[in-house]
Amino acid sequence: MRTPRVRADSPAILAHGLRKAFGATRALAGVDLEVPQGSVVGMLGPNGAGKTTTVRILATLLVPDAGDAWVGGFHVHREAHAVRQLIGLTGQYASVDERLTGRENLLMIARLLGQSRAQARARADRLLETFSLAHAAGRAARSYSGGMRRRLDLAASLVGRPRILFLDEPTTGLDPRARLELWQLIRELVAEGTTVLLTTQYLEEADALADEIVVVDQGRVIASGTAEQLKAQVGARALVLVAADETEVAALQALLREISEREPQVEGRRLSVPAADAAVLRQVVRRLDEASLDVDEVTLRSASLDDVFLALTGHGAETPLP
Amino acid sequence: MSASRPGVVAGLRQTATLAWRSLLQIRHNPWELGDFSIQPILFLLLFMFVFGGAIAGSTAEYLRFILPGVIVMNMVFVTVYVGYGLNTDLTRGVFDRFRAMPIARWAPLAGRIVADLVKQAWCILLLMAVGLLLGFRVEAPWPGVLAMMLLVLTVALAMSWIMVLVGVLARDPEHVQLFGFTALFPVTFISNVFVPVDTMPDWLQGAVMLNPVSLLADASRGLLLGGPVLAPALGALAWAVLLTAVFAPLSVWALNRRLARG
Ligand SMILES: Nc1ncnc2c1ncn2[C@@H]1O[C@H](COP(=O)(O)OP(=O)(O)OP(=O)(O)O)[C@@H](O)[C@H]1O
Ligand SMILES: [Mg+2]
Repeated sequence: MRTPRVRADSPAILAHGLRKAFGATRALAGVDLEVPQGSVVGMLGPNGAGKTTTVRILATLLVPDAGDAWVGGFHVHREAHAVRQLIGLTGQYASVDERLTGRENLLMIARLLGQSRAQARARADRLLETFSLAHAAGRAARSYSGGMRRRLDLAASLVGRPRILFLDEPTTGLDPRARLELWQLIRELVAEGTTVLLTTQYLEEADALADEIVVVDQGRVIASGTAEQLKAQVGARALVLVAADETEVAALQALLREISEREPQVEGRRLSVPAADAAVLRQVVRRLDEASLDVDEVTLRSASLDDVFLALTGHGAETPLP
Repeated sequence: MSASRPGVVAGLRQTATLAWRSLLQIRHNPWELGDFSIQPILFLLLFMFVFGGAIAGSTAEYLRFILPGVIVMNMVFVTVYVGYGLNTDLTRGVFDRFRAMPIARWAPLAGRIVADLVKQAWCILLLMAVGLLLGFRVEAPWPGVLAMMLLVLTVALAMSWIMVLVGVLARDPEHVQLFGFTALFPVTFISNVFVPVDTMPDWLQGAVMLNPVSLLADASRGLLLGGPVLAPALGALAWAVLLTAVFAPLSVWALNRRLARG
């Protein structure tokens, strides 16, 4: 039914120097991106980093001020119609028609894509089944819970069997169980060969789903690689101290700076710094003793993506995983 | 399906699907059914029985005058739903979903407008049917009924473009309703829908007789009951052309601008 195919020799997604401003707000300051066919790339960034703007440009909804992008080998602006035949988009905010039932939403999309009545019904039923919505298929989507709406939204973007799928914060607002279920569904899609670009504010989510992670901040890609590569980039471990007394935080900060030759992150009484190897622990304990500084806690642990984020951006990934 | 662009035939089919979808919404939203069915009937009964005696001496006599008027008045108010529906799609992200799909660019808007014309046609037929039950008699040749419908639908289509613009500019659906009804109230009431124009002060008569609502009501009366048709019908059609010429390009421009701003 879909005639254009992803061009064999091209990456699923390729973007060069994407820039976009909204009035005085600079949303994208030159984003480069390459997503190989069949892979899952996670775009990780805090609020306002430019994730949604990037996705909207790639999904042909927004024209960049500068830069070019190709999806499936087709130019997002000059060959937008071909791109639209290849992609599925689940936006940041569920975009289901609340005044139709779940089934009607899917039927409508199937019919718009040129499927026959019978094909549309079969496809809708199949997706309702897959997304555990069969029991609510005849109810207006307005009455759905957040998780059901999200699933319907995702089902809606799969009606046309897209080769390339954009998921903008697919699990934001879901409870932990619904999140895990959605992760499972995404993994199944990937197993079938769908290329996925997903955005998230959750480090854990990028870690769990993505082959490659692209860290964005303030409209730029500031790092990319596998979770392991990113961790290695900032030191494989993190050293964490919790000061026994507020007044000693400054002294501890100076001490850590000296030992690790990096600027420690401070949050209240908690200090952390990337550490190259385990030897640093002995060194820290000795220096604490010499300086007669008391701590409540000393930990050396493997770096989390949170540390990576902190080290790369100088600030945290604001929103913690609930 | 070609790689480059959807064809006109495909676009028309998509328009039909989207119109179907707008009509389907009514099924799950009974209050909307009320807006398109109970409300016009209530208007008709209310005006007929409350004002009939005072204005025309008898309710039966007043029904002759008010039925074409209520048909036109109701048409004007129903145009607000184009703007309301469009704005809902825009603010709830449904419009974006359509835009990311390989369908004709104009299909979502066209679907809305077609669905609205179906609702308009339904309202006219309903009011005619209730009118006949209440004792209204078509005194002109019967093809006049069809001509009246076509004329009212033509003006409805033209007026829809104003509401498309409102739907594009408004922040949320509630503002569309607020603004739409506020703007339309004076337009419908400063007209000859409810009372003959010669009962009004001279200074008002000029404005009332320029009002497309008056022209359309007069033309509808002529087509249903006999009497002058050509002059008011041409006046109403001139308005339709003018409104379309101004508001169709303006609405499309505003819509594209809103979409480009993300
Ligand atoms: N339509 C718009 N009009 C004005 N400013 C906008 C618009 N869309 C985005 N912005 C601004 O552009 C910047 C990037 O926004 P974007 O939505 O791409 O970020 P994001 O990474 O998706 O953030 P979030 O995690 O909050 O969804 C932000 O500063 C935002 O306020
Ligand atoms: Mg976003």
